[in-house]
Amino acid sequence: MSDASDDYDDDYGPGSDDGFGYESYEGSDYGDDGNDGFDDVKPESMKLKPYEVAYEVLSVGDIQRQQDKLIEQVASILGLSNQNAMSLLLFFKWNNDRLLEQYTEDPEGVLKKAGISIDDNEEFLYELKPVPGFFCDICCEDRKGLLTFALECGHRYCADCYRQYTTQKIVDEGESRNLTCAADCPVVMNDKSIQKIVEPAVYERYKTLLHRTFVLDNEHLIWCPAPNCEYAVKCDDVSAKDLTSVVPTVTCKCNHKFCFGCGLPDHQPSICALVSKWIKKCEDDSETANWISAHTKECPKCRATIEKNGGCNHMTCRKCKYEFCWICIGNWSEHGTSWYNCSRYDEKSGVDARDSQAKSRASLERYLHYYNRYANHEQSAKLDKDIFVRTEKKMTQLQSTSGMSWIEVQYLAQASAALQECRQTLKWTYAFAFYLERNNDTHIFEDNQQDLELAVENLSSLFGKPIQELAEIKVQVMDRTAYCNRRRENLLSDTAKGLAEGRWKYQVQIK
Amino acid sequence: MSLPKRIIKETERLVSDPVPGINAVPHEENLRYFDVTVDGPSQSPYEGGVFKLELFLPEEYPMVAPKVRFLTKIYHPNIDKLGRICLDVLKTNWSPALQIRTILLSVQALLGAPNPDDPLANDVAQRWKEDERAAIATAKEWTQTYAKPEPEAET
Repeated sequence: MSDASDDYDDDYGPGSDDGFGYESYEGSDYGDDGNDGFDDVKPESMKLKPYEVAYEVLSVGDIQRQQDKLIEQVASILGLSNQNAMSLLLFFKWNNDRLLEQYTEDPEGVLKKAGISIDDNEEFLYELKPVPGFFCDICCEDRKGLLTFALECGHRYCADCYRQYTTQKIVDEGESRNLTCAADCPVVMNDKSIQKIVEPAVYERYKTLLHRTFVLDNEHLIWCPAPNCEYAVKCDDVSAKDLTSVVPTVTCKCNHKFCFGCGLPDHQPSICALVSKWIKKCEDDSETANWISAHTKECPKCRATIEKNGGCNHMTCRKCKYEFCWICIGNWSEHGTSWYNCSRYDEKSGVDARDSQAKSRASLERYLHYYNRYANHEQSAKLDKDIFVRTEKKMTQLQSTSGMSWIEVQYLAQASAALQECRQTLKWTYAFAFYLERNNDTHIFEDNQQDLELAVENLSSLFGKPIQELAEIKVQVMDRTAYCNRRRENLLSDTAKGLAEGRWKYQVQIK
Repeated sequence: MSLPKRIIKETERLVSDPVPGINAVPHEENLRYFDVTVDGPSQSPYEGGVFKLELFLPEEYPMVAPKVRFLTKIYHPNIDKLGRICLDVLKTNWSPALQIRTILLSVQALLGAPNPDDPLANDVAQRWKEDERAAIATAKEWTQTYAKPEPEAET
């Protein structure tokens, strides 16, 4: 199926057939070039759009440099060694404001609490050395020439035990901030002593753990959630309390696009709180709601949900004993003897019952309306990879059949990327709209949504054309791609402005 | 797999220099598994009771804490129905410099100083806070019922 682009051209014809054909024509992540170029120029020469935030992608090296900078800064302000400044920062979870505040109030108390035994800058060497007449309290070894190790506090144990202890803490317990003397003693193990005692691989692990805490402890830093990605993203302007008025979407150097606030994949224009509500609701409800909608009816009298699993259409509600007809929901007594064959659609009681049934099902139907559209775009997004491959194939084919150069066929990649991005946005517009109050602003939002959807369908219908035609309609594809992007920008800008102004009113409580 | 020197030394010392009110004897077939009895501290609701515990030294001991559990039923806010104990030195505050004897002394001290603010058995802790007198009475009662010293167990 996926290998034959011709096949699929035939199946779907010129693309404007039905409302569901489009899901195969999903855009894709493709378009590195477009994105990269875009990202590169954005900070300097382009003003941020209303729905964009300023951010910076940091490598592990950058994170290390930021740590070093912070350590040096604290060391020079407080006149401490870098080692001690680092231990203090770890104790204060890298929060240097709190550290400076508390330290200036009570330097000795803070040092003591942080387990730093000496505050003069005298170099402590952490030597591994034999001590005459030594007995290790941990392993009870007293061999001659046994290497020993101790921190400033002088609790001395054999080097093997100390190494095993430290390794256990780092590797098995994942500890990096709160490593203390092996004795029941609060003196802290600093970076230098750890490097001295453990194997290089364990020290590396320690460093990695430190980086992790550095990012986790900092409210303006987040790890890129993509698998195997080692970048972190820094966003100074956004903190947790802003998340009701902004959707901070960032793109990592690995090309993964995600929300800085919650780490989930790009969910503009919905704010994080609605996203988590929606996801939870869908997990709980969607399948059940679908099933209820498809398989059950309600007792017209007591509203009990009833599944008919066999038998005749003469229903007797188990709860309220009301007798009714399964087909028309009308009162059974009006049916006389017409068993199994309801021909009484217009009977008054039947019409009324159906009306009220419809009303009570309306909220369910309303949810399903939004959910199905959301799920539809999501489903399309899952087919991205296929489309990406197909698009690439088409581009190669196009190069050979029409004699176009590589650069000349890039318009397909761009169209594909636009489709992908727009569908992602569309998907979340449905979750957003589900929670919006019915008012004028919502009406405008839905108009924007409709425009975007139309633009997306128009573009995706072009994707179904046979190869020969694709070359001829290049301008058309490019126009529609640009139009899609513009519609998306419009929608996101308007939503973002609304968020900033607090214009949107929700049907649910946002904390 | 031979027993580490540390465990041998500790066991020897537990026998040659026993802690008053605490008795710990390793099983013959598994020298890492100890039968323990702890006397209820005086001036506490557990006074007069002898509590049985089991103590196991894991493979990584002394880098990780011994596993200790009450076998005798006890009414205490930091000890649950299964006999599990909420005690810092058995978890985060363990240090390889601590020993079986120090751990058992901490357990005994916990009997003398229940801490309902850091509870393991929530129902007990709540009662302890709401009506300490009644809770202590129950603890005494349980001690009488379940922690009666067996004459032949005294060795």
